[in-house]
Amino acid sequence: MKDMKEKPVLLTMRNIEIEGRSDETWSPIIKGVDLTLNKGEVLGLIGESGAGKSTLGLAAMGFTRDGCRISGGTIDFDGIDLMKASEATKRGLRGKRIAYVAQSAAASFNPAHKLIDQYSEAPVQHGVMGRAEAEHDAVELYRRMQLPNPDEIGFRYPHQVSGGQLQRAMTAMAMACRPDLIIFDEPTTALDVTTQIEVLAAIRDIVAQFDTAAIYITHDLAVVAQMADKIKVLLRGDEVEEADTRTMLASPKQDYTKTLWAVRSHARATQPPVEKGTVPVVSVKAVTAGYGPIDILKNINFDIHKRRTVAVVGESGSGKSTAARVITGLLPPRQGQVLFDGKPLPPDYRSRSRDQLRQAQMIYQMADTALNPKLRLRELIGRPAQMYLGLQGKALTDRIRDLLHLIELDPDKFIDRLPSELSGGQKQRVGIARALAAEPKFIICDEVTSALDQLVAEGILKLLDRLQTEFDLAYMFITHDLATVRAIADEVVVMQNGRVVEQGPKDEMFQPPHDPYTELLLSSVPEMDPDWLTKLLKERAEKAS
Amino acid sequence: MTILIKLLWIAVAIAVALAAGWLFRTAAIAVSRGGVRKAVRTAPLTASFGMLVILLYILVAIFAPVIAPFAEREVVGGQFLPWEAPYILGTDNLGRDMFTRLVYGARNTVGIAFMTTALAFAIGSILGLLAATVGGWLDQTLSRVVDILMAIPSLIFSLLLLTIFGTSVVTLILVIATIDSTRVFRLARSVAQDIVVMDYIEAARLRGEGLWRLITREILPNAMAPLVAEFGLRFCFVFLMISALSFLGVGVQPPTADWGSMVRENAALITFGDVTPLLPAGAIALLTVAVNFVVDWMLHRASGLKE
Repeated sequence: MKDMKEKPVLLTMRNIEIEGRSDETWSPIIKGVDLTLNKGEVLGLIGESGAGKSTLGLAAMGFTRDGCRISGGTIDFDGIDLMKASEATKRGLRGKRIAYVAQSAAASFNPAHKLIDQYSEAPVQHGVMGRAEAEHDAVELYRRMQLPNPDEIGFRYPHQVSGGQLQRAMTAMAMACRPDLIIFDEPTTALDVTTQIEVLAAIRDIVAQFDTAAIYITHDLAVVAQMADKIKVLLRGDEVEEADTRTMLASPKQDYTKTLWAVRSHARATQPPVEKGTVPVVSVKAVTAGYGPIDILKNINFDIHKRRTVAVVGESGSGKSTAARVITGLLPPRQGQVLFDGKPLPPDYRSRSRDQLRQAQMIYQMADTALNPKLRLRELIGRPAQMYLGLQGKALTDRIRDLLHLIELDPDKFIDRLPSELSGGQKQRVGIARALAAEPKFIICDEVTSALDQLVAEGILKLLDRLQTEFDLAYMFITHDLATVRAIADEVVVMQNGRVVEQGPKDEMFQPPHDPYTELLLSSVPEMDPDWLTKLLKERAEKAS
Repeated sequence: MTILIKLLWIAVAIAVALAAGWLFRTAAIAVSRGGVRKAVRTAPLTASFGMLVILLYILVAIFAPVIAPFAEREVVGGQFLPWEAPYILGTDNLGRDMFTRLVYGARNTVGIAFMTTALAFAIGSILGLLAATVGGWLDQTLSRVVDILMAIPSLIFSLLLLTIFGTSVVTLILVIATIDSTRVFRLARSVAQDIVVMDYIEAARLRGEGLWRLITREILPNAMAPLVAEFGLRFCFVFLMISALSFLGVGVQPPTADWGSMVRENAALITFGDVTPLLPAGAIALLTVAVNFVVDWMLHRASGLKE
C-alpha cells in the first residue's frame, strides 16, 4: 500500500446530488455524497446494482447518462470546476486527463476498426502525440499489459481477440494520454476467474507505474480488496462508510457492510454419501455432442441423485451449457445417452412425452430473456401448472398464489405484474417458481446467480436450498463461480474443453491433490485478503521459473 | 407578402388542428374511464388530432347517405359548376355533386384500403411468424416464393393481375392484399427471428407448447409493436396504391365514387387554376397523416416506455 499522506488532492466532490428522470418527475439517484481522491490513489466504490456506483463514477468526469442530471454539489478536478466548465473544456479533459474503462470491452470497442486505430484516436485528437508516435506507444503499453504478440495484436479487429485481452487493450487505450484519473466500471465482471487474474494484475501494475489515480467500481469485494487503497460503500445513493482497505476489511463499522462481508461465508453442510445401488435421477452416459463437425462434449459421464446438487464448473467454452442442452434434449447427442430414473430419455425433446418434459425443468441465467416480457406472472407461473397438472380456475389461482408464497413474493401485490415491474432478484425468483410449477424431480440451474448482486444471489441460493429439501429436488448447477459452488454443491464436476477433468464430492474437490486445471481454477478465486493477488502472482512466478 | 400570408395560413391551420386535438382529448378523457382514460391522457396533441380525424372519416363513411345531399351517381347539374349552393364544392366532369362524391369516396376508398391492409396483415404475419418459428424447409419455401413475388415491381404486377382477373372490388382487394402481404411477411419473419432465439421461447418449447400457442401467446405479443407501426404505413401505401390504380383506370370502376379516380376525372380543371380536383387528394393526405400520428404514438407506448 502506498503512502498517501503527502500526495496532493486531485478530485474533490462535495455533496453531490444526481437525479434521474422517470414518469415525468425527477427522483434522486445520489443523495449528497462526498468524495476525495488524491493523486495516484485508488478508490474502490462498492454496492449493489442501483446503488449509484456507476452514476457517481461518471459524475467524476462531469458527465451523466441520458435522463440524468447533477442537481447539486461541487466537483473540483485539479482546480477546474467541472460543474461550471463548458462542454468544450470537459471534452478537452475526457480521454486526455480523465479516462473511462467500461464493463464490457466487447460492446465498447467499435467492431469496424482495428484496436490500434482506436488506441490512437484520443492522443491524436487531443494533440498529445502524432499518429506514428501513438502507434509506437500503443505497442509499448500492450507489452506492459502483457498482451500476447504486442507488436501485432493492435492490427487485429476487436472480434479477433479474446474477452480478457480486449479488456486489457481497453485499459491500455485509457492509458494512452497518461491521464491523471481512470474510472474503471466493473472491468472484470464479465470475465472468467482465470482471465480476471491477468486483467487485475495488469491494471494494478500499470496504475502503479504511471501513478494514476483511479476509481474502481465493482460489486465484488474480494476484487476491490486487491485493487483499492480505500473503499467507499454505497447503498441506494447514500454513502454507508468509507475507510482504507485494511481497516474496512478487518472491522467494518456499519451493519450493512457487515452483511456484505458475511455473504461469502455461507456454506452448505456436507450430506451423507449416496447409498450404493441407488438409481440416480439423471445419469449422463458417455455423451459426445456438438454442433456441425466439431465435438463440444467428449465422452462425458456424471450422475445426479435425488436431493443432491451437482455443480458443473468450468470457464466459458468448456461445454457446461452444452451438457445442459443435451440433457434437456435441445441438442441430441452424437453418442451416448441420458437416463432419467434409470430409463433412457429420447434424445430430442420433441419426441419426449409431456411427463418426461415436466420432470426436468430449467432456470436460466438471464431472467430478463427467460420470462416473456408481455405476460403477467399469473400466466408465466400458471401455464406449466395448467398444462402439466390440468389445473383450472380457482385451483389454478390457488396454486399460483402458493408458488408465489414459496418464492417469498406477496401474491396480492405481484400476481398481475409484468416482468418489467420486478427487480432482478424477483425476476429470478419467478423463474424458479415457473420451474417449480411443473412439480419436477430435477432442475437445471444455468448460472442463475451470476447476473445478480451478492446479497440478492445469497437469497436465491438459500431459497433453492430450502426448496430442495422441501420437494426432494435434484439440481444440476452450472456456474463459473467457485464461491457459489462452496455454498450449494454436494458434488462437483470440473470441465475443460468439453471433457470432465475431475469429479467428486465437494469436500474432496476443495482439498489437494488436484488436477492442474482444477488447481488453477481454485487458486484464481479472489479472496478477501488484500495481499492475496500479490502472493498468488509471486507463487505462480516461482512455479514457472 | 404573399408568401408571408401563406405561411400565416399554414400556422393558423396547424393551430386549429392542435386545438381540435386538444378539445378532442379533453372530451375523450371526460367520456372514457379506466385503462382507456389513462391511455388517452398520455396522448400527445398530434395523436389526439389523428384520432379525431380518423373518427370523423369513420363517421362520414358510416353515415354517408345521411350526410350527402345527393345520391352517389346522380347527375345533378352542369359540368364543372363553381362552388355555389346547393353544390357546396361544385360539380364534376359529368355534373355530379362533388361533395356527395367525396363523402361516398370515404366509404369506398377507406373501406377497401382497410380491408386490403387487414387481409395483407393476416396473411403476411401468420406466414411470417410461422416461417420464423418452424424454420427449415417451410421457411425456405415461403421465403423464396416471397422473394420471387417481390422481385416484380408491385404496380406493374398488380396491373397485370388485375388485367388477368378482371377489375372488381373483390379482385382488387385480393390482388393488392397478396402483393402487400409479401412485405408484411418479410417484416414479421425478421422480427420473429429475433424473438425465437430468446430463452423464454426455448423454455416454452421445452415445456412442450404447441405451435399455435407458441405463435399467439409467446411470439406475437412481442412482435406487436413493429407490426402495428407497419400497419399504419402499409395502410397509407395501400391507400395510395388503390388511388393510383383507380387513376390508371383499373382500380375502383366508375361510376363508384373513389378519391383516386376523382382526381383523374377532374384533372382538366387544374389547368384553369381550380383546386377542386385536389380536394380528394387532400382527403387522402389528411387521413395518411392522421393515421401516422396515431401509429407513432402507439409505437411510443409499445416500445417499453413506461406509461
